[in-house]
Amino acid sequence: MSDIRCVNLCRTFHQGDITVTGLDHVSIDIKKGEFVCLVAPSGGGKTTLLNAIGGLDKPDSGEVWIAGKRIDNMGKSALAEMRLNNIGFVFQAYNLIPVLTARENIEFVMEVQGIPAADRHRRSAAILTEVGLEGLEDRRPAKMSGGQQQRVAVARAIVAKPEIVLADEPTANLDSSSAEQLMDLFVSLNKNHNTTFVIATHDQRVMEYARRIVKMLDGRIDQDIPQDPR
Amino acid sequence: MIAIIFRLAWRNLWRNNRRTLIMLVTIAVGIWAMIFMTALMRGMVNKMVRDAVKVLPGHVQIHHPDYLDDPNIVNSIEEHPDGILLQVLNGPDIVAWSSRVRVAAIISSARESRSITLLGVDPATESEVSFVAGKIVQGSFLNDGDDDGIIVGRKLTETLETGLGKRIVIMSQDPDNEIVDRGFRITGVFDANTEALEEGYVFTGVTAAQNFLGIPGRVHEVAIVGRGFRQIDGMYQAVKNAAGPNFSVLPWTELNSYLGTMLGVMDGFVLVWFMVVFLALSFGLVNTLVMAIFERVREIGLMLALGVKPMIILAQIIVESVCLLFFGALTGNLVAWLTIRPLQDGIDLSSYAEGLEMFGYSTILYPEMTVEDVFTANVVVLSLGIIASLFPAIRASRYQPVEALIKV
Ligand SMILES: Nc1ncnc2c1ncn2[C@@H]1O[C@H](COP(=O)(O)OP(=O)(O)OP(=O)(O)O)[C@@H](O)[C@H]1O
Ligand SMILES: [Mg+2]
Repeated sequence: MSDIRCVNLCRTFHQGDITVTGLDHVSIDIKKGEFVCLVAPSGGGKTTLLNAIGGLDKPDSGEVWIAGKRIDNMGKSALAEMRLNNIGFVFQAYNLIPVLTARENIEFVMEVQGIPAADRHRRSAAILTEVGLEGLEDRRPAKMSGGQQQRVAVARAIVAKPEIVLADEPTANLDSSSAEQLMDLFVSLNKNHNTTFVIATHDQRVMEYARRIVKMLDGRIDQDIPQDPR
Repeated sequence: MIAIIFRLAWRNLWRNNRRTLIMLVTIAVGIWAMIFMTALMRGMVNKMVRDAVKVLPGHVQIHHPDYLDDPNIVNSIEEHPDGILLQVLNGPDIVAWSSRVRVAAIISSARESRSITLLGVDPATESEVSFVAGKIVQGSFLNDGDDDGIIVGRKLTETLETGLGKRIVIMSQDPDNEIVDRGFRITGVFDANTEALEEGYVFTGVTAAQNFLGIPGRVHEVAIVGRGFRQIDGMYQAVKNAAGPNFSVLPWTELNSYLGTMLGVMDGFVLVWFMVVFLALSFGLVNTLVMAIFERVREIGLMLALGVKPMIILAQIIVESVCLLFFGALTGNLVAWLTIRPLQDGIDLSSYAEGLEMFGYSTILYPEMTVEDVFTANVVVLSLGIIASLFPAIRASRYQPVEALIKV
């Protein structure tokens, strides 16, 4: 069964008189446990597609199915519930809540889910070590570097063990060794928990880990190639 | 969930310390202004009413049904009520009552004469219902109902060019419209707040007055004092029912309808004042919240994107405003208490308001902070404040996550 299924998605944006194409008849099936990289030049439609999959944006036409449920016509509240419990997000920009510390940001989704404090602390402590942020748990985002903030965002996305992780440029701002560490983490999560990953990236280092590369151009899927991960 | 709502609300409040402090001060000043001004106004009106009721005197009065329209000596009633009426008068809701002879008369000294109201009173009960017994500045008050000494106001002794121990003549009419007159000796001089009282009223013993006027056992009014001038309804009804149709029983609000109306207007005015202060305050509050939310559009978008329900965003903003309102109100109440307390002994206005005394108003103002007013002020600010902050809160909870996220 496919975990993510998009059928004929179209999305245009209107800026004054100009119409910009975000998605142009995009259809894609992603199976449970796949590790997919979305690759496209800037403006190619990566973020728009991730937003449609994550239920953050409504396509003008077409269907989006997540785990067998159609989500493009769901109500706000049901969508919020679906995102909270099924999807881990790493956004391209602005990922953290500024008034919360690194640990609180990581625990945020779990706290909203209602996971007990002790459980949360145990899991956030483990993930803090895994993403190399020991000692920074009590810092607020403003006191962290871009790379550190990015790792907090990634930690938050995966700490609740969602079915699907949607990550938009997760390695931007990361040096190669941190990027490698992060990708290893993704891969192990993908292997051990069968988590589905969809990662939008320009980063060659990231693409090497993917088992399927989807290339987009001007809002269309240009190429869809399976590959052997390194 | 609740914990995270409160944590976010609290931290967001202190994200811009200056703005939050300004808002807290605004709310505190607003609450203070409501309570303080109301205490002053209440003090003023209540004092006025109390003074006036003492002159009347009493919270409720019983008369002959025709007396108020025609205060003729013949429109009199029994001096000693009996039966159920007596039981009610001696009941727990009534603090004191007194029967009085009350007629128009002329008082003359060797040099001058003036028209006055002559009151025949029983000093034992009168001292509890009216002001005069406690205001004797020369001589002493009456000893008993048979006492035929006369008590006059200080101002009257001046206009009549007479004084303590001197004789004066009082002239009036008996029930047969015959002129009666008699010499009396001044045995006491009282000092009221107002010259009108000092010149207008003269007191003697009730029996002495009855004998003088030829109306043994008759009086013109029974003055009744209850537990407070605002809580008279129950007592008034009880007395009215007990007195039956042969008497006219009226509360002070009708005996002095000007003051009664004034008290009603005052209560309305307090509410208007509350609303005015609140409106000024709510503009500040809504403005602050709108600004605070505008700064946070992106993180609100982020939270929504992560799957936080719009209701939670709404709750968080409401909690923020409740915190502001609560701590602002707390400070305001405290400051109000601190500023009103030192004024409990009264604010002397005599140097600003010499004219007041002429109109029967006393010149010392005692602020009165009542539980009801403090409660109303707080309820107005808290409840309407929450309603006012619903507007920006609802707007924030309706953001589209993606649009909010990319906003800069
Ligand atoms: N909210 C929006 N309003 C108007 N145009 C938009 C909006 N979002 C996306 N677009 C346009 O849609 C197209 C696809 O944008 P999208 O953000 O999906 O590209 P992308 O592949 O993520 O690019 P990048 O690598 O720069 O992030 C672009 O031309 C972009 O300008
Ligand atoms: Mg993008």
